[in-house]
Amino acid sequence: MKKTLSRVYMALIFLFLYAPIVILILFSFNDSDTKSRAVWSGFSLRWYQKLFSNAELLNALRNTVIIAIIAAVVATILGTVAAIGINSMKKWSKRVIMNIGNLPMVNPEIVTGISLLLLFVFGARLLHVELGIFSVILAHITFCLPYVILSVMPKLRQMDNSLYEAAQDLGCTPVRSFFKVVFPEILPGIITGAVMAFTLSIDDFVISYFTSGTTQTLPVYIYSMTRKRVSPEINALSTLLFGTILVLLLIVNFSKKKSGDTKEAAQER
Amino acid sequence: MKKLLSLFLCGLFFCTCFIFPVSAEESGEEAAPDTGVTINVYNWGEYISDGSDGTLNVNQEFTRRTGIHVNYTTFDTNESLYSKLVSGGASYDVIFPSDYMVARMINEGMLEKLDFSNIPNYTYIDEEYRNLAYDPKNEYSVPYTWGVVGIFYNKKYVKEVPTSWDVLWDDQYQGKILMFDNPRDAFGIAQKRLGYSFNSTDMAEWQEAAELLKEQKPLVQAYVMDQIFDKMEIGEAWLAPYYAGDAAILVEENDSIGFAIPTEEGTNFFVDAMCIPEGSQHKAEAEAYINFLCDPEIAAANMEYVGYSTPESSAKELMDEEITSNPIYYPPQEIIDNSEVFLSLPSDINEKIDKLWVEVKMGSSGSTYTLIAVLAGFLLLYIVIVITKTMKRRRMNRY
Repeated sequence: MKKTLSRVYMALIFLFLYAPIVILILFSFNDSDTKSRAVWSGFSLRWYQKLFSNAELLNALRNTVIIAIIAAVVATILGTVAAIGINSMKKWSKRVIMNIGNLPMVNPEIVTGISLLLLFVFGARLLHVELGIFSVILAHITFCLPYVILSVMPKLRQMDNSLYEAAQDLGCTPVRSFFKVVFPEILPGIITGAVMAFTLSIDDFVISYFTSGTTQTLPVYIYSMTRKRVSPEINALSTLLFGTILVLLLIVNFSKKKSGDTKEAAQER
Repeated sequence: MKKLLSLFLCGLFFCTCFIFPVSAEESGEEAAPDTGVTINVYNWGEYISDGSDGTLNVNQEFTRRTGIHVNYTTFDTNESLYSKLVSGGASYDVIFPSDYMVARMINEGMLEKLDFSNIPNYTYIDEEYRNLAYDPKNEYSVPYTWGVVGIFYNKKYVKEVPTSWDVLWDDQYQGKILMFDNPRDAFGIAQKRLGYSFNSTDMAEWQEAAELLKEQKPLVQAYVMDQIFDKMEIGEAWLAPYYAGDAAILVEENDSIGFAIPTEEGTNFFVDAMCIPEGSQHKAEAEAYINFLCDPEIAAANMEYVGYSTPESSAKELMDEEITSNPIYYPPQEIIDNSEVFLSLPSDINEKIDKLWVEVKMGSSGSTYTLIAVLAGFLLLYIVIVITKTMKRRRMNRY
């Protein structure tokens, strides 16, 4: 009895989480002249076809992906370096720096967006340049940074510092011992941070909206459709993105499980 | 772990690969030499023919004919256009504000005067769309589209064709009525029902309109914009006001949905215009773009896609007879004569309207106190939890 109840509960939770995505995917195949997202009128791939001939949408998507990749890479590198630095600080300065670092995270996005806009406009006037993809990337690095630091820090704390010292004892240079010992140890944290930064950057609307100048990212483009009607092309695009991520996750999990299996097998032997 | 990272990067690479833009279509005619100039165009979302389904790709065609590149971006409301321009974060060359926003921008010195010798196609604009009240001498703007506001109704449930805004206050349709989710359009309906002007500067009239909207609130299912289409289509709502340009497609595809323009009190007549903002770096090229959009052939192809009405009769002649004879797109003259254009309001009135609108949507100020009370309750609960936890911990430590 208890078991069925818990199963029903779990099913409900999953339904709640995935129903919107299923509907979204379903209506990306809708054959409708009115761009309907509510009335089903047959199967077609027309929105996928349209998606790939819509230059503005693809342009916005390309901007978004470029921004996300650069911002994630830079934020991950900076964040990892910062985390290592912070980790070797004394207790009090560590606490102060961590709190200052976390401030942008608790700040409402709109405040971050507007203050960055003011800063960038000021800077751009001084340098006689205009806001564009570069300023968005800067803004995204800024708000992604604390997330990377936060996901790398625990891994550093978990690591035994004497490992690093031992490596140096055995003749490694500090840089080499970092890459041989510390880096593999904290890599899961770094990857989590990078993935987090990437997804946050792709999702972001508010900050991009303020700092983008005349470039347009995908969320801003979608939002601008709301006077007319958000076209099912967006459904098609979301389906493709969802599919890509799903496949990626499956591959990752599968390869993980495989390597786990071989480890276990080795142990048994 | 390395594998995971490389997989992740592979995925990203894969994404970017198929994102890179599709190559431009080859065209038989000669293309103009590349000028190396890019103009920044800021238009409403989905408000230009983009080449899908074999329609004309306006921006591409412009680049082909003139050698000027277009960086085309989109916005969702006049207000976000305004704030983007004011913030100084971007410099645009061509923008598409609506009537009242044109007037406001003229008042605030945000627009450049147009050089009409660079826009010879202005001659095609019909006389009745020139020198409108928002730009009386027609120095700053060229009309792009126009339209009126009407009411969607579900023929199954609403038996009589609405001729008056009263139907949106009819309590037999309780919970099946939708309203605009922006103050100017929503107040406009209430004002017309009261027989007032949209552009009144008398606060008492605005107050009265707000009261009327509050009275309507219990009947309203939701304040929405583009969701109107979905809700009407599946019959979740029976009555909804919207812009005529977006109406026809739903009416054509759906036998049960009708669209009527209230004739009793009159309606809102709106124009979306093309302007050049102050500080544009490429004014001559921007004027060339405006001129290009006024070319009757281009305008005809563009308007067939966009769905709004064109201010050029020579473009209308080139369009499909089915569209130009449709009273939703091109309503009879007496409806237009009986309608009014939004104009810019003084900023103190604008502020008060925003306040009234919040009141209408959120309920009266009384509910602010409830909100504060609820928040205070949560805070109290939080404090109690924290205190009991620390007490518990202390007790644990003692033992």
